[in-house]
Amino acid sequence: MALKIEKDALTGVESTGHSWDGIQELNNPLPTWWLFIWGVCILVALVQFVLYPSFPGLRTYWHGTTNYSSRVDAIKAVDEIQASHAQYVTKIAAMPITEIPKNKELYDYALLSGKVTFANNCQPCHGVAGSGRPGFPVLASDAWLWGGTLDALQQTITYGIRSGHPQARDSQMPRFGADGILTPAQINTVAEYVEFLEGKPRKGADLVAAKQLFMDNCSACHSPEGNGNRDVGAPRYHDRVFLYGPDYDSVVRQVTNPRMGVMPAWTYRLDTPTIKSVALYVHSLGGGE
Amino acid sequence: MAFSHAIVEKNAFVLIAATFAVLSIGGAVEIIPLFTIHTTVEAVKGVRPYSPLELIGRDIYIREGCYLCHSQQIRSLRDEVERYGHYSLAAESMYDHPFQWGSKRIGPDVARVGGKYSNDWQYAHLKNPQALVPESLMPKFSFLAETKLDYSDIEMKLKVQRLLGTPYTDEDIANARKDIEAQADASVDATALLKRYPKAVEASGKTGSVTEMDALVAYLQVLGTMVNFADTSEEQLKQ
Repeated sequence: MALKIEKDALTGVESTGHSWDGIQELNNPLPTWWLFIWGVCILVALVQFVLYPSFPGLRTYWHGTTNYSSRVDAIKAVDEIQASHAQYVTKIAAMPITEIPKNKELYDYALLSGKVTFANNCQPCHGVAGSGRPGFPVLASDAWLWGGTLDALQQTITYGIRSGHPQARDSQMPRFGADGILTPAQINTVAEYVEFLEGKPRKGADLVAAKQLFMDNCSACHSPEGNGNRDVGAPRYHDRVFLYGPDYDSVVRQVTNPRMGVMPAWTYRLDTPTIKSVALYVHSLGGGE
Repeated sequence: MAFSHAIVEKNAFVLIAATFAVLSIGGAVEIIPLFTIHTTVEAVKGVRPYSPLELIGRDIYIREGCYLCHSQQIRSLRDEVERYGHYSLAAESMYDHPFQWGSKRIGPDVARVGGKYSNDWQYAHLKNPQALVPESLMPKFSFLAETKLDYSDIEMKLKVQRLLGTPYTDEDIANARKDIEAQADASVDATALLKRYPKAVEASGKTGSVTEMDALVAYLQVLGTMVNFADTSEEQLKQ
């Protein structure tokens, strides 16, 4: 490469003296408009450096002359939006939950607020609009383990189920198979009786022996007729809504080594008016009592 | 003309000196703030090193590339605070090596997912996300529930963390194996574990064996739960 600076014959611009395989680089100056914008950008950056938090010091950092903080901004924005909802939220907080549906404006607000909160927090387990998932209860039917009144729903959502909160709904089904309370043969027999209570008795099942086993072991919680007991979250067999499956194998599995669902205590994440709104929304899904 | 490119271009030493000068500005801007990093970590209570099981769970989280879709940083923006909870603090990731901040939200942020769902849900969802969230595009991780957890090198892992500045004590390291078994087996007493690692969540998907999914669930269930914001004053949140 030659280092001879010469004028380009065609454009009249000086070359840089670099030439690769005969191709010359011309020393065109940067366009003035471009240089101007570049300079302005540097100036703006310097101004922002002064206005906003920008550089660490020895003890603390430069907070900027505006003392800007995105954290303060975010909290302010949250406070503002909450203030705009306050006219509803304070009333919902003060009112017993059963009174809210009587006030149409409040009720509409609560249902909308409940729906949004449900979608973020409850839907992953309970499905869209409370449609339920295997192992996670459907909320859109009238089959309730712990009760479907507004008060019961508020209680469940606030403290959860087996959540570890002292006021949580709690119960423990014995591990009839795993702990050797019943033999596998006895569990099979009990499962036949559960099928009978579900309303689809198995042909040739020995219901007399099965009933005895059920009475001795299960009826305390599930009631002699299989109506369940909401105080301990024991399901009702007739309603044909099953958390862990209605078939014989599922019942055997459940009696042998029971699965027991856990619901978090939402009081740790949601405030009382929001919990009330969610309870109202769940109540409105189809199964509310 | 006082300055010409030709001077730099023709003198190797001038070029080296000029290059060094420019690079050291970049280096200084990146390195000097690290000397005052303690001023950005908030004085909140409750943040503790990960329990051994959580720490392995975290390694699995990174190994499986969870971070490619899930960030762990609730930014100080209204919509994020409303959806995910209190904005993330620097203190909450002070024992993270490396941290999992980011803004990539193919999946939701998981900075405060701990305790939001039950263990049952975490196991079922990791095995088959679409069974619970039909519109989810998360891959299935059912193999984690079948893979026995290898924690033969847990003491070394804790020691490396200590080298990086996480305050694991000799006692923590000596009890690492026991702590893993206490956290991954519901039948083992967890009192000692909970004393060393408060708020640790037991995760036992299968009786009789510790799986990789146990570790991952234990990790997920502690995310964002260490700081009790109800007891935290604004003064403590200052940087």
